[in-house]
Parts: sequence; C-alpha cells; structure tokens
Amino acid sequence: MRIGVLVKQVPATDKVKMDESTGTMKREEVEAVINPLDLYAIEGTLQVKERLENSEIIAISMGPPQAKEVIKEAISMGCDRGFLLSDRAFAGADTWATSYTLATFIKKLGDFSIIFTGERATDGETGQVGPSLAGQLNLPVLTYVSKIVDIKEDHIIVEREIEEGIEILESSFPVVVSVIKAIAEPRLPTLRGKIKARNSEVPILGLKDLGLEEKDVGLRGSPTRVVKVFYPKLSREGKKIKAKNTEMAVDFIIDFLEERGIL
Amino acid sequence: MREEVFTLAEVREGRIHPVSFELLAWGRTLADKLATNLSAIVLGDDLEDQLEELIFYGADTVEFFKHPELDVFNIENYSEVLVPFIREIMPDILLAGATTTGRTFMPYLAGKLKTGLTADCTSLDIEEDTGLLLQTRPAIGGNVLATIKTPKYRPQMATVRPKGRKPLPRDDDREGKITIHSVDNNFSPRVRRIGFTKRENEISLVDAEIVISGGKGLKEPKNFSLLFDIAKDLNGAVGASRSAVDMGWVSYPHQVGLSGKTVNPKLYIACGISGAVQHLAGMLNSENIIAINKDPDAPIFQVANLGIVGDVLEILPLLKKMLQEKLKRNV
Repeated sequence: MRIGVLVKQVPATDKVKMDESTGTMKREEVEAVINPLDLYAIEGTLQVKERLENSEIIAISMGPPQAKEVIKEAISMGCDRGFLLSDRAFAGADTWATSYTLATFIKKLGDFSIIFTGERATDGETGQVGPSLAGQLNLPVLTYVSKIVDIKEDHIIVEREIEEGIEILESSFPVVVSVIKAIAEPRLPTLRGKIKARNSEVPILGLKDLGLEEKDVGLRGSPTRVVKVFYPKLSREGKKIKAKNTEMAVDFIIDFLEERGIL
Repeated sequence: MREEVFTLAEVREGRIHPVSFELLAWGRTLADKLATNLSAIVLGDDLEDQLEELIFYGADTVEFFKHPELDVFNIENYSEVLVPFIREIMPDILLAGATTTGRTFMPYLAGKLKTGLTADCTSLDIEEDTGLLLQTRPAIGGNVLATIKTPKYRPQMATVRPKGRKPLPRDDDREGKITIHSVDNNFSPRVRRIGFTKRENEISLVDAEIVISGGKGLKEPKNFSLLFDIAKDLNGAVGASRSAVDMGWVSYPHQVGLSGKTVNPKLYIACGISGAVQHLAGMLNSENIIAINKDPDAPIFQVANLGIVGDVLEILPLLKKMLQEKLKRNV
C-alpha cells in the first residue's frame, strides 16, 4: 500500500518579522524547520506502516530547494523516500494553487491509498490544503483525526475530534487524512533513519516535470491576493486600576464585561 | 451572476448552531453595503420549524436542502448537493463558520470550484471602489493581520471565527422566503459516520470563549475551585500558569502557554498570574484580557485591556457572587 505524507518547511519561530512596506515575511534571519504539526502526520503514517507492513511511505513537500531538508527529516523518522516539488513558478501560491500542484504530483505518481497531512502549517495557519487537495482529487477527507482505530487493506476507521465530542468515521481508499496532535507523540529519528536520510537522493520536480502551466501555479494560479499586511495594535490601550476596595474592583470588571458585550 | 451573499448555516445534532446567526450578522453588513440579497443555506433533515429563525436573525431567503442523509455533516453528501447549486447560482460571497465543519467543507468546496478561500477571518468588509470582499485574518502566529481578497473568482469564500461577532437582535417581524429543496440523490459516500461519543465533561480549554486562569497568586490549590465556579457560570473553561501546574494545583491539560495550550478566547481573565513570556505566548491573542494581580509592575498588565491591582483572593469571591446575581437577572 502506498501512503503519502505532506510536509512543509516553515520558519522556526512564530516571531517572524514582517516588512510592512512590502507585506512580505523577513525570512532571512530565521532558521527553517519542518512544520511541527507535520510530525504528527508522519507519526500517523508510521502507525499505519506498523499495522500494514508492506506499506511504502512517501514524503512530499513543495517549497524552495532547501526544503529537501524536511524530506530528509521525514526519511530519518521512518518514511521510505520523498519528493520535493520546487520551481520558481510555484512561488507565492495560495492554498488553492498549492493544493493543485500537490494534486498534480499525486495523480502523476499515482496509486496512493492514503495521503496524510498535519492539521495546518504554523506559518500560513490555514489548514486548508488537505481538504482542498481532497476536493480537487475528488477524494473523501477525514479531518481532525485523533486516533487510527483500525486499518485494513481496503478501509480505515478513525476517531475525529469535533466540538461536541468524538466521531467514529470509516472510509474506503483512497482518502486524505489530516491528523491532530492527539494522534500520539511523534517518534524521534533513529540512527538508522538518519543514515538512510543522509544517503537518500530527493528528486526535485518542477513545472515541466509535472506537465503544469505557469498560469495555473504560484501567484498566477492563486485565486486570492494579499492586499496588505499590518501589525495589530499591540498596546491594548488598556487601563490599570488600583481599586480603593474590593467592591470597586469588581464593579470595574462587571462594567468592562458589559461594555464588551460579554455579559 | 446574481450578486448575492450566502451563508452556510451549521446544524449540529438536529439544531441550527449559534454560529449560523453570527454569520448572518456579518452577511447582513456585506449584503447591505452591496445592496443585495442575503441568503442562508441549510442542509439537514427535520429542521422546518427552525428555519424561520434564520429570517428573524437577518436572512432574506433560506435555501433548505432536506434529506435524511444530510442529517449529520458528511463531506461528500454536502458536496454532492451544494456544488451544482453553487455553480448554478454563482453567489458573490459565501461565508461559513470556522468550525470543524466549516474548516473542512469550505476548502473542499473551494478546491472543487477553483476559487479563493480565506480561513479564520476576524473581520470582513467591502472594498468601496470594487465591491470586493476584504477578508482580514491573523497571520504568522497572530503577530500580524493580513487582508486578503479574491479579485477574479467566485464565490469569494471565507470562514469566520465563531464568537467574533454577536448575532443581530432577533426580529420576528422580519419576513423572507424559505425554499425547501427536496433532495432525491442516492447518496453513496465513501466516508460514513459509524459512531459518536458526546463529550460530557466541561468545555475544552481551546474551544472556550471565556477562559479564567490562575497562577501563583491563588496561593493554595483549593482556591482554584473559585475559578471553576466562575468558569461554570460563564460557560467558560479554567486555565493555569505553568507554576500553578508545576505545584500540582491543577492538572497539565489546564496549562496555558508555550509548553501548554494556546487559547484565543473572547475573554481571558488572568488571576494572580504575573505574565511570564512563556504564559503570554499562550494567551496574547485573546480578544479581551482582564488581569488581576497584587503587583502593579507585573508584566501581565502590559497586555491587559483592564488591569486590576488588588488581591485576587478578595476579588474573586465577590466577583463570583456579583456575576451570579447578574446572570440570574439576565435570564
């Protein structure tokens, strides 16, 4: 069984600085890492491999050439091999164009039973690529998956955490599965994995390799446009009050709650 | 193209979910600015007696798709019904709640329709010159806000953070048109819900719209019961600083901060929490922050909308009493 896992390279911290004049991220000084939430997706694939031993796990990423590193990290954790989709033309893709590029690769390589994703990436924080990919590939999608209950050659049963409780869902293959942290603590890379990763070649596929056209990918293929990026007012213009007595203090709180429409 | 604003009402366990009414408040503003119709889409089964509520809360029209198999959210069934409908109508704007349903279904739909979708919007507006939807959302860990638009594709789609806005006042004099579409599809989804366990315990910290957290200033573990009482009255959840958790006053799942949970509720009340960076990282994006602390120089005051310098152990019991009286009166 072939299983894919989508991984993304993201800035290491959430303290990224923005260039307000251009509306772009100042990525230079920030170290790039694998999206922490993708580690849980990798963990999910490894759980599947434990139960269905003949599975092959393929890590897939889209990003600049240095995003090869996240594929290598995925291999060091236990993935079998990986591909990086990278091309200047892919730059500036929104969630639709990203999903489209990934979907094109997934169709091209073919034969996937499950595509795992993390809940969202810590930089873009949309969580839209998994479901969008499923929509474009016309596959079912299981989101907010907290547990793999059962997996057989032809179906998977999972727990899905929603606001009111836990759903149990069953799906046939192929299916897109996006997992949340509850799936299990991601395992650490093994020494054997690290050696394997070091010796792995990560094929890089670009626009032509995927048979794509520039108008459909990257910024040009993206339905959305970022109009502006700005810092929210950090100072909360709050007031600090030293109440004369407890009654006054409580009155201030109640007034505040009413003013803000909370009470 | 009919220039219409559509909202996707959400149904949970046979009831129209409150977020549906919040969406109508957003949609009403947009539809009025565009001088167009506001419509609510509902999928479900026995909901006829609830549909009028959508009109009372701001919809001009309701499009109800009725079928037993639409009773609970099923992405393929929903999509089978709505993709042709949306393609035919081609609304200008389509909004849904940023819930587990909205955040799953909307990108799936946008993927199929090839159009733009912006997740977790905190504010929506219409651009004056163009009539385009301006969608604003937090980006990069909430450090910045980004405004996004979809210039060429339709519908312009957005999910909107629940509790970001109050519903309009209910007006049962409002009139509108309710259309019931009897769906006759033979659904054969590849995903099926085969079980459901309702969560019976208290509201989860991450989802709660009100979080009241305690730190060292609470002095003793038993004082956390004050927080639990207030949280219960306000329909909220209890959080804690790392030190309170390290001292064993409350369990780890309550921990807010870098090494615990990140919350962004509508209201965060920090009680006896000094506001170490590690804690601030987990609650800085809360919409409103009240801090109560004895130390006037506590860093928590820098991020608070309302800071009360005082003894949390004196203030909380009275606050609890006053809130209870207040809530009793409001019922």
